Amino acid sequence: MGRYVARRLLQMIPVFIGVTLLVFLMMYALPGDPVRALYGDQTIDPAQIAAIKADLGLDLPLWQQYWNYLMGLPQGDFGEQIATGLPVGEVIARALPITARLALLAFIIIVIVGIGLGMVAGLNAGRWPDTVVLFVTLIFISVPVFVLGYIYQYVFSNTLNWTSPLVTDSENLGELLMPAFVLASLSLAYVARLTRSSVAENRRADYMRTAIAKGLPQRRVLSVHLLRNSMIPVVTFLGVDIGTLMAGAVVTEGIFNINGIGSELFTALFRREGSTVVGLVTLIVIIYLAISLLVDLLYAVLDPRIRYA
Amino acid sequence: MTTTQKTADLPAAKSADSAGTPLLQVKDLHVEFHTRDGVVKAINGVNYSVDSGETLAVLGESGSGKSVTAQAIMGILDMPPGRIPSGEILYRGQDMLTMSGEERRKIRGRKIAMIFQDALSSLNPVLSVGYQLGEMFRVHQGLSKKDAKAKAIELMDRVRIPAAKERVNDYPHQFSGGMRQRIMIAMALALEPDLIIADEPTTALDVTVQAQVMDLLAELQREYNMGLILITHDLGVVADVADKIAVMYAGRIVETAPVHELYKRPAHPYTKGLLDSIPRLDHKGSELYAIKGLPPNMARVPAGCAFNPRCDRAQDICRTEVPALHPVTEQDGTTLVGRGSACHFWKETIHG
Repeated sequence: MGRYVARRLLQMIPVFIGVTLLVFLMMYALPGDPVRALYGDQTIDPAQIAAIKADLGLDLPLWQQYWNYLMGLPQGDFGEQIATGLPVGEVIARALPITARLALLAFIIIVIVGIGLGMVAGLNAGRWPDTVVLFVTLIFISVPVFVLGYIYQYVFSNTLNWTSPLVTDSENLGELLMPAFVLASLSLAYVARLTRSSVAENRRADYMRTAIAKGLPQRRVLSVHLLRNSMIPVVTFLGVDIGTLMAGAVVTEGIFNINGIGSELFTALFRREGSTVVGLVTLIVIIYLAISLLVDLLYAVLDPRIRYA
Repeated sequence: MTTTQKTADLPAAKSADSAGTPLLQVKDLHVEFHTRDGVVKAINGVNYSVDSGETLAVLGESGSGKSVTAQAIMGILDMPPGRIPSGEILYRGQDMLTMSGEERRKIRGRKIAMIFQDALSSLNPVLSVGYQLGEMFRVHQGLSKKDAKAKAIELMDRVRIPAAKERVNDYPHQFSGGMRQRIMIAMALALEPDLIIADEPTTALDVTVQAQVMDLLAELQREYNMGLILITHDLGVVADVADKIAVMYAGRIVETAPVHELYKRPAHPYTKGLLDSIPRLDHKGSELYAIKGLPPNMARVPAGCAFNPRCDRAQDICRTEVPALHPVTEQDGTTLVGRGSACHFWKETIHG
């Protein structure tokens, strides 16, 4: 177990270097010049641009830029944004909690509503509750997020007036609730369907028959014997999903005016801010790797037949 | 087609309980399954009874309805598609089919317990065996987690699982097949029930382990004076353990008899066929006997006696009339206690 974790952690190093290098190269390959873009349509002395570039180290060969970037990381230096002059580390530190709050809220909704709906459908497989859940989740899966976002805004803000259409205060959980629901919709539908098929299958398992034959109350049969076995495939999905949620939701954050990781990444890409994009992507990759490791470990807890050496 | 649904009264094999009522009595039980292809009548009027300390072996091929009867007794039939249109299942004289769900739940596991065939799939793969054993005490007797675990270790010792204390936190897949079946037995025994239903408890095990598990089961049954319904298709297992046998075919009991009499003088061609198909060392070299044909599809049971297409003795009457379970007598008419045969030609089969 300890060796397994150590191996997985060591594996992260090449992944980390690979990802940063790849993103670095891609940013370099993109057309457009971040420094020139600062001045918009104004005519400007090329010597001035060259001076700014030299100041930021952008005139160095690519490998040297990459080397300097890597060397800065251990000291917590993620580089600087060209447009704002802010350190990238600061940008991340401001955006991450917002995205984390939104992601966590969405995740809770996915777990509670998704698994709940899946249980109801799976236990009634083939009957009307099942049909209803399958139909509703199909809608969530097939309607794009931005359409769903505008529908939610129209219904809950403009018509019912329950909440504000845009998030004005990212620490107000009430305001974050609607975007979280929009963000959760798709995964919620997948989780519900996964849980449903898993429950419907395990419900017929021999050990369920044993549990009933033992004279256990229905509640216990379902919560202890059925749910735990049915959660194994769902946990895999949830693990990948929390990574996706943490990576920020460009569309959802855009619709509801939330300045999280997603919108920062979008702006940075738009402005060709190489160091910001590399910093954000690296962060996202690390979150992904850490969570997938956690999920794999959780797997062994849920299913004792899985052992790591 | 005329159907003789009524089963003739048989003299009881053993005198019933002191109270006069048997521990468990199944009366004219019918079970059907409603499927897309129509109604499948899996059980058509089964009668049997078991007393404390008595072992009833229910014998039959797969699909004969022996397991479905057991599931109906336990109340673990999938309903729907299953349905029990008529019949009674009396536990100490009380009909369990009319009880509330909660009343039945309290009987399950505590008064009537069941051992399943495949212990690996019948035990929950993600819970430790200690937890699964202890659950019986926690749910039915309200014991604490710690006390339940101690009881679980005690039980594992009881069924002679080596190093019970060290293994109580292991999971089912970490045990061998024989040990897993012992855990199933321990689970059934946990609350010292009055009756245990063992559904092919040794089928999934290899022969040496089969004997050990059967011996253990028989020993514990004697010790606790439990009733035992042993469902099997293995005639070898039955001979040593059972007191009486009920042979099932296509959802009916075709022959009942005390165990040794059945082996000596079968009164139904199907039983005879089963006994003849046991390979014997003294007949080495000669061809193995097999009952020709296949068991019937339960959605299309042949008219008359269900066994008629496979029977050497079949006459016209067998194809039209369902035989009742006739009491079997000696040639001179003396009744043979506990014997019955659902064959129009039982006399010829046993005496001729």
